[in-house]
Order: sequence, then C-alpha cells, then structure tokens
Amino acid sequence: MATKLKTVELKLPATTDDLRALEIGTVVYLTGRLYTAREGVYKRAVEDGAGMPAANVDLGSANFHCSPAAVINPDGTYKVGAVTATASFRFAKWLDGWFDISGSNIIIGKGGMTSEIYRNVFVPHNAIYLTTVGYGTGALLGRGIRDVPGVYWRDELGLAQAVWVLDVEHFGPFLVESDLAGNSLFERENAKIAPGIDKLYAGTKPATLRRYGETDDKTEEVI
Amino acid sequence: MIPIASLERTAFDLMAKAAIEIPDDYLAGLRRCADTEKGDLSAFVIQAMLENYEAAKEDRRAMCGDTGVPRWYVKFGNEARVEGGPVALERALRSATARATREVPLRPNRVHPLWRTDHDNNVGINAPEIEYAFHPDADWVDLTTVHKGGLFGSDYRMLFPGDGIEGIKRFYLDTLIGFGKRGLACQPAIVGVGLGGSKDTSMTLGKQASCLRVVGSRNPDPKIAALEEELKEIGNSIGMGAMGFMGSSMVVDCHIEVGYCHTGGMPMSVHMFCLSSRRATARVYADGRATFRTDPDWFTDYSRRSTVEWGKPVAEAAE
Ligand code: SF4
Repeated sequence: MATKLKTVELKLPATTDDLRALEIGTVVYLTGRLYTAREGVYKRAVEDGAGMPAANVDLGSANFHCSPAAVINPDGTYKVGAVTATASFRFAKWLDGWFDISGSNIIIGKGGMTSEIYRNVFVPHNAIYLTTVGYGTGALLGRGIRDVPGVYWRDELGLAQAVWVLDVEHFGPFLVESDLAGNSLFERENAKIAPGIDKLYAGTKPATLRRYGETDDKTEEVI
Repeated sequence: MIPIASLERTAFDLMAKAAIEIPDDYLAGLRRCADTEKGDLSAFVIQAMLENYEAAKEDRRAMCGDTGVPRWYVKFGNEARVEGGPVALERALRSATARATREVPLRPNRVHPLWRTDHDNNVGINAPEIEYAFHPDADWVDLTTVHKGGLFGSDYRMLFPGDGIEGIKRFYLDTLIGFGKRGLACQPAIVGVGLGGSKDTSMTLGKQASCLRVVGSRNPDPKIAALEEELKEIGNSIGMGAMGFMGSSMVVDCHIEVGYCHTGGMPMSVHMFCLSSRRATARVYADGRATFRTDPDWFTDYSRRSTVEWGKPVAEAAE
C-alpha cells in the first residue's frame, strides 16, 4: 500500500532488538506464526490454571485478539474468510499472567490499552502492541493467511473463542501503538485533539438530568 | 402468494451481499472523506479500508472479520401473502442466517448472554432480531439485512425540552468523542440520531436512522434536514478522524428520525454505523422474483405519517 508512513516487514518470532527498532505510528506487516486468544482462553489458561493449550513454539509468539470468520470443514481442513481484531482493553487484567506462561512479545488487537498498562505489564516483558487498521480490514488480513496449522480448545470454547494458530505472510497492515518504552500512539493523538474540544462545547450546558458517575472532563477516556 | 423457497434463497443471497459488498452510497461518502482528509494516519486508515473493500469483492470474502450482529428488517406490502405465513418466513430468515454463517463464512458471534452458549450459526434466543413494517397498496415483501458492528458507538439519554437543541448537540458530541477516541466506533460512520418516542422507540429510531437510510438522504422536515447537516459538520470539526487519529473524517453522514414523545421529555439516542456499513435489501414479488438494491427505503411518507388516516403525504415542519 502506498503511504508516506514508515513501513516495516517483521519476521516472527521477533527478537527484542527487532522490536526496539519500531516507533509508534510505524506501519508493520508480519510473516511467520501467530495465534488468536481472547477472554475465553485467558480465563481458562490463566485464571482456571489450565496453562497453555499447546507448546509455545507450536503456537507462535504473537497473540492476536480476534476470532476469525472461519469454519472447520467436515474433512478437518479450515476455511478462513475474514479476520478482524476485537477491542483489547477488556483483556488487560489477564495479560501479566499470559505473558508469563506464553512467552509472547507482541499483542495484536483493536484500540490498544492505556499507557499505564504498557508501562506496568508490557515493558517488563519486552512486549509491544500492534493495532489493526480501520478496524474493518478483515478481507486484507484474510488474504495474508497461508495456513491454519492447528485449532485448540474448539470443543471447550466454541469456534469464536478457540485458539486458531495462523501461518501468515505479509499479513497486515498494522500500526505500532506501543513501543518498548510503553508510549501509546492513541494517547499521543488524544493529546493533540484535546485542546480543540472546549470550543466545540461553547454555549452548551450539561444536561438537566445527570447520570451517576458521569464526568464532564472530555479529555478522559471510556476505556 | 410469495413462495417461501424464494424468500429463503433471497435471504441467503442478501446475507452474503451484505457481508461482502460495501454499499455504493457509503463508499462514495468515504471516498469524499479520503479526498479531504489531511491527517497522515487517518488518511492511511481510509486508504486501507478502500483497498479492503476491493479485496473483499475480488475474493468474495467478508469485508470485516467481525460479523457484528446480523439482523433482519421486513416490510410487508399490505396485500402480500407469504406461503406458510409469517411463521414460515421467520423460519426461513433464521435458516438463511445459519447457512450464511457456515457458507460465506461469517463469524458465529451470537452467544447466550449468561452461559455464553454458541450455536456457531448466529441463531439463538431472540436472535437474529426481526423487525417489521408495512406498506400500503403493495403485494411484495422487502427483506433487508443489516450486519451491525460495534459494541461501542451507541448511547441513550433522557433529555428534557429545556435542554433544547444545544443539549442535543452536547450529547451528540459526548458520544462521538467518547467512542471516537482510539476509533472504538470504527469511524468514519453514518451517525443515526433518534429523537423522541418512548425510550425504546428512541433507540430503535436512531439505529434505523443510521442503518436503513443511505448517505446523502435527508429528513423531509427542512429544519431537521438542516440539523442533520449541522451535526455532520460539527462531527467532522472535532479534529478526530479514522481510529481517533488527528483528522476530519468522523461522520460520513448524519440522519435524524423523530417520534412523538412524552410532553415532559426529549429522549435521544445516538448510533454509529461503522466502516463496515453492511446492509442489503431485496424486494420479493408474488411470482417469487427478487430484485436487489442497497437502499432499504425503510422510512417513507407512510412510515413517518402523523395523522390518524393515511391519505396524501403530510410534511410537518416545526411551527
Ligand atoms: S465496528 Fe464495524 S468495522 Fe469495526 S470491527 Fe465491528 S463490524 Fe468491523
């Protein structure tokens, strides 16, 4: 894709040195092995203590927050259509434990997490966060999938929550949302937009009926 | 009598079309955003989406991996008769939803809210939703499917007459800014605003305004139409573009639908139909023929009528 933005092709598994070279806002394409895991997997593996569904080397080292639009054919093969990430902030509470047992160093998802989570959980594990783009680029991502070497916990968790292992080539685009120092691209952009927000509200006053817990600080986030 | 087999076949085709083909009106609107977007990152996102729609059509694969919640809108011509009646029609729509989930494929998103049971076919208790409307002097049935994405981007609030237009703008901005950050709403979006009605009607009208009206359409009340334009402008001047990056691409269009409400209140809802604004409509005739289109034509003079009797259209502007 033609863009002025800096673009990097990254091979998986990625070393800490590879990740050090990535600045927030860089466009990344991935080649190698990764897997999907989201709340069902985290709960089972981390909270219920079931551990990893397979050897880490068979799963890969990048965790995609996603459930593919895919089917398992009667002959056991797979048909993957589109893949799109799901919002990651909901999974923050499991990640420390997950990094420990999975050894992964890349999280791919939608919308990122707070820089506080990056500093406290990602940085100690030398991990970064890549955000999908759009976020609806499911067909482009689907094109990058070369093979599905395994699906785990399909019976336990259902198709959508199962662990799908994906071998990918030029899989993307993604944007670097957090770097090894724990900076967040989204928070940088929020800060750029914040100064203009007050004037949008000029002449309006808060609603007659307030809501419990409501804030009037528009620089806050809902996540 | 409309053959039930044609309805089921058409419903399946609609599911695939909605999932794969971005409607032309939204596509044209997004291209206009691309032409004016100055933010590097936001422009990159829109470019990627435009390429994604091409990839989806070329490969015949779903444009977004998240199917959202597939649902149905059915409009019955007053003279239409369906083989097997409405019960058979509901069965056909559920069956088409399940088959499309397997064959397109779509993501089986629908689970029980408590037990998280997944039938892997997007069918379950109260799912897919089927909403009905009726139309005078017609013997066809219009089927529309919408695959509405987004756990984010919708909100409801009870406003009061004293909150006025400024209160409407404020709640609109709150919703766009809150869900626009990090692009939680997958904007640029078609924003639907439901004003009035009972609380649930306010939610329903807002959702229908975002999902069932095409980009560029305007409410027949000229003052409401002007408010639609104004809200669109305001949304695009937040300074936020795709994914919440700096830019100007937030709102592809804004649609407002109204319903008469309690004299003391002014309930309002806001909905955002995302970068995968998936909708497809077909009209099925008595002989089983189907014609496809992307404009659901859901809101009509008849559906917006404000009098007891239905005669000629009554345009009702605020005094
Ligand atoms: S909100 Fe729309 S574009 Fe975004 S992930 Fe959901 S369906 Fe896809």
